[in-house]
Amino acid sequence: MKIIVCVKQVPDSAATMSVDNGKVSWGDAPLVINPWDEYAVEAALRLTEEHGGDVVALSLGDENAKEAIKHALAMGCSEAILVNDPAMAGADTQAVARVLAAAIQKIGDADVVVFGKQAIDSDVGATPAMVARLLGWPALTLVSQISEVNGSSIKAERTMEEGRQQVEAGLPAVLSIVKDYGEPRYPSFIGIRKASRAQVPEWTAADMGITAPEAMVAWPEVMEPPARQIANEIIEGGSPEEIAAKLADKIMEEKVL
Amino acid sequence: MANKVWAFVDQFKGKALPASWEVVYTGRKLADQMGTGLAAVVIGSGVQDLAQTAIQYGADEVFLADDPSLDDYRANAYAAVLAQAASQGEPEIVLFPTSTRGREMAGMAAVDLNTGVLVDVVAMELEGDQLVATRPVYAGKLLSKVVCKGRPQLVTLRARAFEKPVADASRTGTVTATPAAMAEDEIKVKVMGYEKAEAGVSLTDASVIVSGGRGTSNNPKLDPPADVTDEAEVEIWKAQQGFKLIGDLASVLGGAVGASRAAVDAGYIPYSHQVGQTGKVVSPDLYIANGISGAIQHLAGMRSSKVIVAINKDPDAPIFKYARFGVVADLYEILPHLTAAMKERLDK
Repeated sequence: MKIIVCVKQVPDSAATMSVDNGKVSWGDAPLVINPWDEYAVEAALRLTEEHGGDVVALSLGDENAKEAIKHALAMGCSEAILVNDPAMAGADTQAVARVLAAAIQKIGDADVVVFGKQAIDSDVGATPAMVARLLGWPALTLVSQISEVNGSSIKAERTMEEGRQQVEAGLPAVLSIVKDYGEPRYPSFIGIRKASRAQVPEWTAADMGITAPEAMVAWPEVMEPPARQIANEIIEGGSPEEIAAKLADKIMEEKVL
Repeated sequence: MANKVWAFVDQFKGKALPASWEVVYTGRKLADQMGTGLAAVVIGSGVQDLAQTAIQYGADEVFLADDPSLDDYRANAYAAVLAQAASQGEPEIVLFPTSTRGREMAGMAAVDLNTGVLVDVVAMELEGDQLVATRPVYAGKLLSKVVCKGRPQLVTLRARAFEKPVADASRTGTVTATPAAMAEDEIKVKVMGYEKAEAGVSLTDASVIVSGGRGTSNNPKLDPPADVTDEAEVEIWKAQQGFKLIGDLASVLGGAVGASRAAVDAGYIPYSHQVGQTGKVVSPDLYIANGISGAIQHLAGMRSSKVIVAINKDPDAPIFKYARFGVVADLYEILPHLTAAMKERLDK
């Protein structure tokens, strides 16, 4: 099987975010592979371990995206491609999806394209569905389990608000993976060494025979959320029962129930 | 007059998500502001009732695609119905709930209609026919203003971020039959089965959430049963006793059970309960955090809750800074009494 896993570089989830002169800053927090993409890499690797084949990691970004790619390589992906084109700065979700779809076609012969559920920076979560639509492939999003794969189809379990849906789709298909799938592996020492030496080809839009798509969404302003004035009140004094009674009264006074 | 604002009614097996009616109701207000009408879009099989409910919540017209091929939810088939109807009806704005289905359908429709999608919007203003929306990014650590330059403007609205919908049974509207848009062999997806989620209130719709963290396993007084000997198993068993107390309080308050990432990663409770940047982002009216220290990634997922209560042994836990009320104590000592006290006050 040939599997492409799409990964993104994001500020660590422990980062304190701020806006300095209109620019988003994550201070000195590290950039890491999007945590949800680690589950996608894990799912891609397990598929090839069971069915043979290779995993190609694909990312769109600038030099910074190399850390996410290296992480995917260190986990066990056999090759990686970085789409790096200054014309893509300011791309919205659909522009990103169009570029990824073009790269997936240029890589060619993919049976499955795997994504994480969403990226923890932009929190849009629509890229997998868009890429599937652009390629005309079925999308199985929010997959928690892959039960069967053969040459022409894949069976998986999707998570939704109401429960779990068992689905079967023809290949090639686009998947997004949720945390329920199972813990992602740690990169091995050999993997890390290999990843640090790997040459990652870089493609521009022109290399894929497209022009950088125009963004349909603009974000004129990013801001810090207004500070909330919260009157902190510690409930104390007396037995646990008395404290609980006091707290219950306070909660009732807030009239939120 | 064509209806220029549309609202997608997200349903599963004939039951609409509560957020669907928020979307219809919000769409009604937008349509009034723009001097146009509101059309709701209902897609499924045997879902005529939902068309009537959509009218009660504010729709003037309902595009009803009711077809056996649409019985099971399949993203591409549903999105194609919506996109095909929209390319004919040319709405200015199409609203969806930010649900698992809303997100991906809006994304697919954006491709079909070559327009943009604004996801998980929490506030919006109209400048003429142009929406200026606000959406959280980095799990709410920052907010972003966003505009869609294409048409229609596709927007998914966060549950519980807009006014509570009110139905008006006296409203009337028209129902327009709308065809399915994809043939079976084009869809390439078959639904084989479905397993219902465990009973309980869903986190994103909940107005009350009672959550537990690492502290749930921290009760030296608990003795595990004799057959639980492994250290990790003992820890999980203890945590589960804590989550039982949390569940008791949640059920008295009619709320949902949440958890921190630490609790989920330690195997205390399934991932579906996780609140935070890599779990669910929630904003209930009341959030009671038990044994949760308040890591930044957890705070990002719940700090917009109206009233936050923190119960934690550690007086220096960061969660206290965000809490309206704090109790520095062992959750095992406080929770049973709090559950009893709330029960009494709510007369249950």
